[in-house]
Amino acid sequence: MRRHPLMRILNAQTVALAGVLLLNWFLFPGFFDIAWQDGRFFGSLIDVLNRGAPVAILAVGMTVVIATKGVDLSVGAVMAVAGAVAATMVVDGYSAFTAIVVALAVGTLCGVWNGLLVALLDIQPIIATLVLMVAGRGLAQLITEGSIVTFSDPHLIFMGTGSFLGFPMAAVIALVLMIAVTLAVRRTAIGLFIEAVGINRSAATFAGIRSRMLLISVYALSGFCAAVAGIIVAADIRGADANNSGLWLELDAILAVVIGGTSLLGGRFSIPMAVIGAIIIQAMNTGILVSGFPPEFNLIVKAGVIILILVLQSPIAQQLLIFSRRNAGKRSTP
Amino acid sequence: MADTSYTLQARGICKYFGEHTALQDIDFALRPGEVHALLGENGAGKSTLIKILTGAYHPDAGEVLLEDRPVSFRDPLHAQAHGIGTVYQEVNLLPNRSVAENLFLGRQPTRFGMVDKRRIEREATELLARYGLDDIDPRAELGAYSVAVQQIVAIARAVELSGKVLILDEPTASLDRNEVEKLFEVIADLKARGLAIVFITHFLDQVFAIADRVTILRNGRLIGTEPLTEMSRTDVVRMMLGKDISFSGGTSAVGEREVGELLVSFRGTGRTGSLQPFSLDIHKGEVIGVAGLLGSGRTEMARIMFGIDPADSGEIRLNGTPVSIQSASDAIAHGFGFCPEDRKADGIIGDLSVRENIVIALQGKLGWFRALNRDDQLEIAGRFAEMLDIRAASPDMPIKLLSGGNQQKVILARWLATDPGFLILDEPTRGIDVGAHAEIVRTINRLRDDGMALVVISSELDEVVAYSSRIVVMRDRELVAELRGENINPSVIVQAIANQSDEAIAS
Ligand SMILES: Nc1ncnc2c1ncn2[C@@H]1O[C@H](COP(=O)(O)OP(=O)(O)OP(=O)(O)O)[C@@H](O)[C@H]1O
Ligand SMILES: [Mg+2]
Repeated sequence: MRRHPLMRILNAQTVALAGVLLLNWFLFPGFFDIAWQDGRFFGSLIDVLNRGAPVAILAVGMTVVIATKGVDLSVGAVMAVAGAVAATMVVDGYSAFTAIVVALAVGTLCGVWNGLLVALLDIQPIIATLVLMVAGRGLAQLITEGSIVTFSDPHLIFMGTGSFLGFPMAAVIALVLMIAVTLAVRRTAIGLFIEAVGINRSAATFAGIRSRMLLISVYALSGFCAAVAGIIVAADIRGADANNSGLWLELDAILAVVIGGTSLLGGRFSIPMAVIGAIIIQAMNTGILVSGFPPEFNLIVKAGVIILILVLQSPIAQQLLIFSRRNAGKRSTP
Repeated sequence: MADTSYTLQARGICKYFGEHTALQDIDFALRPGEVHALLGENGAGKSTLIKILTGAYHPDAGEVLLEDRPVSFRDPLHAQAHGIGTVYQEVNLLPNRSVAENLFLGRQPTRFGMVDKRRIEREATELLARYGLDDIDPRAELGAYSVAVQQIVAIARAVELSGKVLILDEPTASLDRNEVEKLFEVIADLKARGLAIVFITHFLDQVFAIADRVTILRNGRLIGTEPLTEMSRTDVVRMMLGKDISFSGGTSAVGEREVGELLVSFRGTGRTGSLQPFSLDIHKGEVIGVAGLLGSGRTEMARIMFGIDPADSGEIRLNGTPVSIQSASDAIAHGFGFCPEDRKADGIIGDLSVRENIVIALQGKLGWFRALNRDDQLEIAGRFAEMLDIRAASPDMPIKLLSGGNQQKVILARWLATDPGFLILDEPTRGIDVGAHAEIVRTINRLRDDGMALVVISSELDEVVAYSSRIVVMRDRELVAELRGENINPSVIVQAIANQSDEAIAS
């Protein structure tokens, strides 16, 4: 049953990514140019990785949440909260390390709160996380006292603008997080349990899976990932903007997960594919930017892609696909 | 073409799923006013044929004719519009809509353009009364009721929709005698009105009680269509399995046998609103049969024992020490297992593979971090698939693609894989074919001899009698009697179930 490793890499997502990248190249011939300067790489491709990192990080957490048949709308707001916490703490004289740890803890706690609403009170995930989506931004504004808190702590700034082996720090963090979480769920039984709960929570409970504990953990992970993304975004602009940090990114994260092939109905999931989904989204954004089209196109193109994906995943399209495959090669008689 | 015209006919049907041939060149024809039994082992292709007749699947070859005209139904709804009502094996109603809504979905009577709720509810009550369900609240959520009630609702809905053909895929799998009788009255009535009825079941008694003709499939191939008057039970089984099996040991009671030491004891265990407190001692090497009517509290008892609905009174002792069982995972940690009745809702995890479905409870017991690797999983899945004769094209195929009976075997395998000390089985042979049925009864006997303690709930009295060392009788959500020795026989059990006064032989 095991396919050749090369064949396993070849799937809808990687083909789509290659397609978008080639299109970018077509629109902007210098797209694949990479330069080495001041000990780091520069170029459009590197830019895609760097800018795509926050959504990729969100997508890591969002994938497991969606796999349990949930969704986390609060990640954008949690990014703002975590950024605000980190920024105000370094401004108040705490070390970058302490600030980061506390910000991550606050983000994780936000996730636990979501998890409690979903797992213990049985509130629908979309409603449960909507609470924090709205309240979180208010909380972030309270922390920053309504202003944009700017900072100059070099260690914190490094998280957003630094580089590691020539690659942007944000992309490196995203990669590490992706690998760590993938290993954590696939080398243990957690991934199997997440899928089981997402497909049939009742049957999973009968089989002895502690679905409540699992759901809380999954939302906690999503909160943690949001905090990581929030810190990176704040570090990148050297300031915490409670109003705009992470705004609408929850939607990009959900889109990335769906492009990555995880169904919104829960069940089978793939974290690396969701990360590729995030890169596809960013590649489209960058492509429109570098090609000189007005940025408003961005939203229209994105909407087009969403529609395309939803249509391809809809039962009617699936049936049509099966139908055309069945009729391929033989004449159908009505 | 001197033959009578057929209501519904299929000719030369073939259906392939990838490499797997589900149906090969099947002819099947229904006469008006006949009850036609469709028989075959688990995975023979019965449900697939039904799905092709009703437009749920499309054939790879062959044609379907309705009253001698070729038809090609787009989907079951299209078939319905042509007067073909169907109850599929996996009932697909909407569990979180009301009973009445489910009965009338898609054809609600309206008043001033609005759905006439009161009329729907009134008609629903009348309709269900015909099937002996008088105490159902048509406004309640369907999912709150047992599998049996849901099955009856599905049947009632299909009967109302069927103008020419009624197709029932294992409708009686979780019904008990009374309900089966009610169903048969309805079928006889439809038959008299000239409808053609397809009836799939693994209960041969029911086939002989109601069917006129029988079509038998084996491994996706047509073995034959015969009038039942010329067939004996043995003939039918031979055609199904391609070999003879013995029906020995059908009703020979296990009798008073030596049991091992006390394993679990329930003392005044109960749950308000669900079950009166009951007390029961279960020993190693003992099978306790649970008998009772629909809604008598059998399933509730099992759910309390297993912590799905934790008890709120009394105590549970395991090997003499009190234990707290607040959830299924507590119960499993104490070596309990529970194979639930509602396969679709509480059993199968549809998109996961057969292999994962088999190991999931064992993995749940091992916890998050001691993961079974793929090879371990394949070894375990392979062992149990062989032991229970699970027929799956591959252990990596999603369980939802298995035939109903094979899914049931997978759920049984799941619990056997956890090597439980105490195993609760709720209707374990639901949807299992005659050959496998005998095998499962043998398995239960073997587990008991190996020292396992079992509680088995079953509507099939012959089966209960075949393996129980003791039988408890439930009535009105209360444990009312305990039968042993001589009293373990179907007639005493029937009496004890029906008895209004408690003169039954209490221990
Ligand atoms: N969608 C599908 N994809 C792949 N295989 C399928 C699919 N549906 C059915 N099968 C296979 O076709 C065979 C016939 O299945 P079917 O459900 O018709 O059996 P059945 O006679 O109804 O058995 P049972 O008595 O257990 O209900 C089985 O081997 C099953 O695994
Ligand atoms: Mg079937």
